[in-house]
Amino acid sequence: MNLKELYQEIILDHGKNPRNLGKFDNYNKDAKGHNPLCGDDVHVYLRLNENKKVDDITFEGKGCAISMASASIMTEMVRGKEEIEVKEIITDFLKMIKEKDELNNNILKEDEKTKLMSLSGVKQYPMRVKCATLSWHTLSSALENSQEVVKTEK
Amino acid sequence: MNIENIKKEFPIFDDKVQNNDLVYLDSANSAQKPKMVVDRIYDFYTKEFSNVGRSVHYLAVAATNLYENTRTTVQKYINAKDKNEIVFTKGATEAINLVANTYGQKYLNEGDEVLITELEHHSNYVPWHFLRKAKNIKIKFAEINNEGEITLESIKEKITSKTKIISITHLSNVTGAILPIKEIVNLAHSKNIPVLVDGCQSAPHLKIDMQDLDCDFYAISGHKMYGPTGIGVLYAKKKWLEDLPPYQGGGGMIGEVKKEGISYGDLPNKYEAGTMATAQVIAFNESIKFIQKVGIENIEKHEKELMNYGLETLRKNNSVNIIGNPKERGGVISFTIEGIHPHDIATILDEDGVAIRAGHHCCQILHDKLKLTSTARASFGIYNTKDDIDKLNKSLENCKKIFNLK
Repeated sequence: MNLKELYQEIILDHGKNPRNLGKFDNYNKDAKGHNPLCGDDVHVYLRLNENKKVDDITFEGKGCAISMASASIMTEMVRGKEEIEVKEIITDFLKMIKEKDELNNNILKEDEKTKLMSLSGVKQYPMRVKCATLSWHTLSSALENSQEVVKTEK
Repeated sequence: MNIENIKKEFPIFDDKVQNNDLVYLDSANSAQKPKMVVDRIYDFYTKEFSNVGRSVHYLAVAATNLYENTRTTVQKYINAKDKNEIVFTKGATEAINLVANTYGQKYLNEGDEVLITELEHHSNYVPWHFLRKAKNIKIKFAEINNEGEITLESIKEKITSKTKIISITHLSNVTGAILPIKEIVNLAHSKNIPVLVDGCQSAPHLKIDMQDLDCDFYAISGHKMYGPTGIGVLYAKKKWLEDLPPYQGGGGMIGEVKKEGISYGDLPNKYEAGTMATAQVIAFNESIKFIQKVGIENIEKHEKELMNYGLETLRKNNSVNIIGNPKERGGVISFTIEGIHPHDIATILDEDGVAIRAGHHCCQILHDKLKLTSTARASFGIYNTKDDIDKLNKSLENCKKIFNLK
């Protein structure tokens, strides 16, 4: 495994300049995630409109390049999608990070899939998979209206 | 002292790790094991195994003698007055829990204060937190200064008439600061306050002397002393072990058991309930013998040289920010690099065979104080060389390259 595959330009870019960072006023769902291993935190905010579509989504947090990039790309992927689609993307992403080498959903466009696949290098670094999945589990928890803080150690 | 020869005694360095020579800079977390320790475990299980202290057959008696030999070796190594002041535990964590539990049970009541420091490992905070929950006691934190040190003065400031025990580390696993234990113990004893010392980071690297330090309790971890996991030591002054209630109940720790009541065994059995980590205790003898063979003074000198070279090298690297600057420092260097998260540093270093730790090192209180969530940490053992530090630095340059930093 080549480190360059893990730390691709797109990961470094999103890690350094995360998109959709911050909190917005009229969110109606949110959840917190915590990685006890490293102490990193993430807080996901989103607004589902009356048609169950993600109007807006942002996150707050601090963490490594992998976790920040993953959260940043995630917000780009799910904005404007319907709740049911978001759930499918989450499931597909988590499978891709842990087991498969491809994304199978029919929701994301090819260029979006390529962008998301930039995180697949993490699979070779088992201790770092949690960095990539924390924000996604947290998004999932926000959709379920869970009040519990998501922990990567379970 | 020839470090290359000493290094040859550690089988882990014989093979490559992921096609790299291993540069192991994580000994503050856990130290590697010399062959004599590993062999001792194998030999015990294959040729000499029996449980200790119960049966009268040949193997049982021989195993009991081996087990007790380690107690004597530990007693001499730390210069305890009495062999029965040495209690085996599963680790330093259990040693501290034992004291918090038994001392807490007998002597701590609502409103009483336990004084710890901001440098403490979670294992010297959480056990006291249990008492805060159960008995409504207070925990006070002596504060670090700008150099990441705990001074006698900072302890003095927090002592009140309610302080019932002081529980402090000997050597910080993050800033490397060595605390003035003897002075703190003197001060505490002048106010009749007992002192527990977390000696996890000091016992493998510094000469420690219980009669000289005069502390009441001292917790030691075996696996950080080139020994097996699952073994630790609680040193406690005999008066405390006689005075405090037992910790766990079970076989081996009893005197007489009747339906109406139970009496407890003599020291040290009173605190060693159930079948202990027999093989580990016996192999731990070899780790102390190994340290004695190399000589603790030589270890101290070697690691000091390494640390000075490490500090000098990393200070030249403009991107590296070293955490703390204590005058008295053990072989621990924690650092950050602006723009690269410690976990990313650790992953990139790992690719070059350089094993460090990244995270909060079980010291979230300290990291909160420093306004950091995590740091990277290089820590030294007897097998490390200046070459390891050069490799660390080279690998850090690679991190900067990958992250496009200058």
